Amino acid sequence: MKQKSLSRRLGAGMLLAGAWMMSAVANAAPPNAVMLSNACAGCHGTGGGSAGPAMPSLAGQSKEAIVVAMKKFKSGERPSSIMGRLAKGYSDADFDTMGDFFSKQKLHPTQQTLDAARVAKGAALQEANCSRCHLEDGREGKDDTPAMASQWLPYMQMQMALYLSDKRKMPEKMAEKVKPLSVDDLEALLHFYASVK
Amino acid sequence: MTTDRRSFLRLMGVGGVGASLAACGTQPAGYGGASSAGATAQTLAKGKGRRVVVVGGGYGGTIAAKYIRMLDKTIEVVLIEPNRQFVSCPFSNLYIGGLLPDLSTLTIGYEKLAANHGITMVHDTVTAVDAAKKTVTVSSGSIDYDRLVLSPGVDFRAEELEGYDLASTPLVMPHAWKAGAQTMLLRKQLVEMPDGGTVVITVPLAPFRCPPGPYERASMIAMYLKQHKPKSKLIMLDANPDIVSKAGLFRKGWKKHYDGMIQYRGAQKVTAVNAKNRSVFIEGMEEVKGDVVNVIPPQRAGNIARTAGLIGPDKSWCPIDGTTFESTIQRSIHVIGDACVAGAMPKSGYSANSEAKVCATNIVALMNGKETTEMSGINTCYSYLSAKEAVSVAGVYAVKEGKIIAVPNSGGVSPDLSEVEAVYASSWLRNILTEMST
Repeated sequence: MKQKSLSRRLGAGMLLAGAWMMSAVANAAPPNAVMLSNACAGCHGTGGGSAGPAMPSLAGQSKEAIVVAMKKFKSGERPSSIMGRLAKGYSDADFDTMGDFFSKQKLHPTQQTLDAARVAKGAALQEANCSRCHLEDGREGKDDTPAMASQWLPYMQMQMALYLSDKRKMPEKMAEKVKPLSVDDLEALLHFYASVK
Repeated sequence: MTTDRRSFLRLMGVGGVGASLAACGTQPAGYGGASSAGATAQTLAKGKGRRVVVVGGGYGGTIAAKYIRMLDKTIEVVLIEPNRQFVSCPFSNLYIGGLLPDLSTLTIGYEKLAANHGITMVHDTVTAVDAAKKTVTVSSGSIDYDRLVLSPGVDFRAEELEGYDLASTPLVMPHAWKAGAQTMLLRKQLVEMPDGGTVVITVPLAPFRCPPGPYERASMIAMYLKQHKPKSKLIMLDANPDIVSKAGLFRKGWKKHYDGMIQYRGAQKVTAVNAKNRSVFIEGMEEVKGDVVNVIPPQRAGNIARTAGLIGPDKSWCPIDGTTFESTIQRSIHVIGDACVAGAMPKSGYSANSEAKVCATNIVALMNGKETTEMSGINTCYSYLSAKEAVSVAGVYAVKEGKIIAVPNSGGVSPDLSEVEAVYASSWLRNILTEMST
């Protein structure tokens, strides 16, 4: 009896609440670019502009580079700590959507302490060795070549270490160019890319 | 204080202290520090502004306020937070263990956030919510809202610990589960403890804020003891049957670095404390004494969520709709962060950040009569095992039939202890605090 009267008192309100909750669920559209991409910003910065130094900026990155990177994280081809685990939560279509979102964000200029001599040396090396794929001083990339401009130096150094230890596979053309370069040369190149605004 | 009161007066909607409105509208712009007091007054003067009030300036509230403004500049956002600075719980264990010299890297202010996004800051405490009138009460009056976002974090279920006094017990047996003075007190007690002393950490039944937090704390304290007070020991009394999060990794790390130093006892629920003796009682029976006793009390949604009548049948947390984070008990009130029941999402800082964005996106949609968007969320959470090694847990979340679920076959914990993860962990902190404060 007690239960019945309680449920009668609650009944109308619960029904109403139930009705509007159901409609809220039913009307929701599938996650869009903003919904998917904003979730990344806790680590990669608002709009993909990372505060660094180990997390790369995604703002202004090429869509192709992001999509390929995410697919490789997902398959395990590209080594990672948590990115592989996260990438498994998304479809290829999601990668497209997120890649598109971040590629449209304004490049995030970083404030980093860089070695001027290395930046100058790196500029020359870029021109001579890398400019066919890393276009416009690294502001853009051919096909899925990532943009490097203004990227965080520690992030790039960590990735270069993975390349040099064969944990991350270099594209063939990159391997050809990197082989003859010294560690100092590579470091200079990264300083140069980090300096590009 | 006067600034608080004045900037607060600007926020009065119709009703309340309406008479002061005209005067407020004539205040010079830029008054009241970095916040957009001028814009606020203007909107109010027009008498048609839409306003979201966000309560709580932590991992959830700052992001909800910021993203609502990013998505729709025509919605006024008022962020109410009693403190001028926020101190992060994530990473506070590193200070306790001695890896950080102070709390400065964990501390952010609100000025830049408010200025960059035109958020009106009110440094005050909300004491009541009137859901019918859509008004919150603060110490100096009341503020109207169209929608309310509560991100109040946790408060303690002190009544479940006999002898625990909310005001005085933490001064003797710190919880350090809200960062700041409590964190510093626990560190101080550790530093003052003689070598050969006993540290006791008590863990409440899950769910509680930051599932891996107690075990990271044990790791950091053991690290400190091993280095500075090697004859000491650490007893962990866990009400849960086993380590709640990253269990295998913590066990591995403890064995590798602190073998024999941490005595972990599962299924040992502390039900009473004696601050005078610095002791706790397991199920009211066995008394365990310590030189430093870190009692982490059982938790529930922050007090204001209770006051507002948003607590669900579990008597502790706020049930919400998985798409909008709107309370299933009160319309137009949204609850995010530790206080809400977000399905599979853990009570973590990153979860709060992610939930805040989902909530902001759908609040803006609802206020503009647009279709809402299904949630997509992430959690990433790092724990330090030693000075150089960390582990992580990550997850991707989606909504299914109104409930938040972990996307199948994604996420999970680190395969092993890792120095690289410690590097990423420190960047995690830098990025998430930057996102909250700019």
